[in-house]
Amino acid sequence: MATQIRAEHELHRRRLSRNVGLGVVLILFVALVYGLTIAKVGTDPNDALGVPGTEASQ
Amino acid sequence: MTDTSVFDSEKEAGFGDYFALLKPRVMSLVVFTALVGLIVAPVPVHPVVALAAILFIALGGGASGALNMWWDADIDRLMRRTQKRPIPAGKVAEGEAFAIGIALSVMAVVMLFLAGGLVAAGLLAFTIFFYVVIYTMWLKRSTPQNIVIGGAAGAFPPMIGWAVATGGVSVESVLMFALTFAWTPPHFWSLALFVKNDYAKAHVPMLTVTHGRDATRKHILGYTFALAVVALALGLTSIGGPVYMAVSLVLNGLFIKGAFDIWRRDDAACEADKHLAERKFFKLSLAYLFLHFGALLVEATLAPYGWGGW
Repeated sequence: MATQIRAEHELHRRRLSRNVGLGVVLILFVALVYGLTIAKVGTDPNDALGVPGTEASQ
Repeated sequence: MTDTSVFDSEKEAGFGDYFALLKPRVMSLVVFTALVGLIVAPVPVHPVVALAAILFIALGGGASGALNMWWDADIDRLMRRTQKRPIPAGKVAEGEAFAIGIALSVMAVVMLFLAGGLVAAGLLAFTIFFYVVIYTMWLKRSTPQNIVIGGAAGAFPPMIGWAVATGGVSVESVLMFALTFAWTPPHFWSLALFVKNDYAKAHVPMLTVTHGRDATRKHILGYTFALAVVALALGLTSIGGPVYMAVSLVLNGLFIKGAFDIWRRDDAACEADKHLAERKFFKLSLAYLFLHFGALLVEATLAPYGWGGW
């Protein structure tokens, strides 16, 4: 019955913890890869983006 | 198994159970030593790159922990200390742990390659292979020197951290590896002398069981001397300095004295004071490793002000 499925149960809390936990980890991972990209692009001396005064940086 | 057991809420894994697969306590050692390796290296690393690299090294270590739990599920069920791990507790299926371990291993190595380069990623891949295949699958159940071999896997992180910064391997990074490598046997065997464990039941050859407690005491003393040589040699390299040397001299003096105290005792003396010397030695071993790497960190922190290093 639908009412039984909706009822709050310990099992639902555990599944929620799993889903929220995974969600948080994935968001942090995306943020980390974004930060890594920003840090990597623009600090490479061989990369025109990283050298101030070059055409690409202006 | 009945149909209702599928919905047994006790067996439903929460996020923490998956996290426990990654052996968080081992991970803390990995994070600390890898961070020291990265910071003491002569090449500065962008803070975001450093953070990412440390996280992926920790993830790789965690992934090898999950693969270790997958392979060792049979013996973990037999030993009291490990019965509460996620697989023997019935929360995570063996196949699930295997899938998580493999997926996270690949992810950690690929991401570390992007963040820290080929050498660091190669070392991480080798560490995972070494811990899972050489140690867990092969030598853990076949030789009483298993602790020595397993310790090597735990000793790689500072080398990986160093490789992230410098892109290579050097005397300093090899000696940082050797420090944890030589530290593991006395650390673990002193624990084995005072904790009642059931490795025999699980047919895991522990030195205390296969060669006896006297042989274990001799081994502790031998490795403690080797450890002192390595620790002091590390102090003479470019990342050492007066602070490290002072800390190391004191700690190694105490550690050798502790190993002698253990070596001189027999089982009757151990029983009489409830393994006091072994307990003290084990506690000291925890401080020993932490303070050695901590002293390296102090040297690196003081260096810009003209105080650290030689």
